[in-house]
Amino acid sequence: MTKEEIIQPENLVYKKPELLNDTPMHYCPGCSHGVVHKLVAEVIAEMGMQEKTIAISPVGCAVFAYKYIDVDWQEAAHGRAPALASAIKRLWPDRLVFTYQGDGDLACIGTGETIHALNRGENITIIFINNAIYGMTGGQMAPTTLLGMKTATCPYGREPALHGYPLKVTEIAATLQGTCYVTRQSVQSVAAILKAKKAIRKAFEYSMQGKGSNLVEIVSTCNTNWRMSPVKANQWMEENMFPFYPLGDLKDNG
Amino acid sequence: MAKMRGATVVDTERCKGCGLCIVACPFKVLALSTKNVNQKGYNYAEAVAPDACTGCTSCAIVCPDGCITVYRKKED
Repeated sequence: MTKEEIIQPENLVYKKPELLNDTPMHYCPGCSHGVVHKLVAEVIAEMGMQEKTIAISPVGCAVFAYKYIDVDWQEAAHGRAPALASAIKRLWPDRLVFTYQGDGDLACIGTGETIHALNRGENITIIFINNAIYGMTGGQMAPTTLLGMKTATCPYGREPALHGYPLKVTEIAATLQGTCYVTRQSVQSVAAILKAKKAIRKAFEYSMQGKGSNLVEIVSTCNTNWRMSPVKANQWMEENMFPFYPLGDLKDNG
Repeated sequence: MAKMRGATVVDTERCKGCGLCIVACPFKVLALSTKNVNQKGYNYAEAVAPDACTGCTSCAIVCPDGCITVYRKKED
């Protein structure tokens, strides 16, 4: 069988999701953002919600997310995406509303908005990309940076006496009454990616059923600012991030 | 059981040469090009052992930029 015989439209098994447009993504090679963008695009298309989705993009590396996924987007001020999503969902209750935020946006400047939006039980989904560092600004320490982890602003490693402890936003969210589904996933392997996709789908469905707010944390890599190759960064994440940020569902009231 | 034969098509201009598809492939089908680069200057992924491909789509699922299209056909 020749390659030409296999490459026929009827034999197609996987291609770039249609909602992901042809604009080349600005992310660094191997960045987890690209995988999560693909999953979000696939889930929206599978739910048939492409005409009824309003997404909120953050400030951070994912600031240009609106350039890549063909749904309606609104850009929020730094950290204010959950507040904007609350307003949009209240005005358009039949729309699928989600925010896409990094750890600098959600866990630092936007902690207040995030916790209050989740606690009010707004029917939105927050997708939280946690790579334990500030990516866009050049690798400074984030609230989620692990103890002992070296960054541009803690070059000798994060020390609790000087920098405090890492913040587990997802664990906090699980204790709030307004949340319906709180989970932590990752996208470093095929199995993990398929699980993360199911989690995103579940969160979107719960938010459309009006069951409360949903938080999907994706433990991710930032190979550029971790100063590693993409493959090495995935291994480092498994060895160092997963013990502190264990994967799995923290709450499922669906 | 009939053997599955697969084929991958890499969008070489979109590929950034991160290498995640190469470690995800269970049959070592893909490798980064050693001679060629795309317009951005990245060594892109290419199929070096296309006959080993079964069309499992692992490479395409892990690709952060959605560069890989996979086809699969049952061998007669």
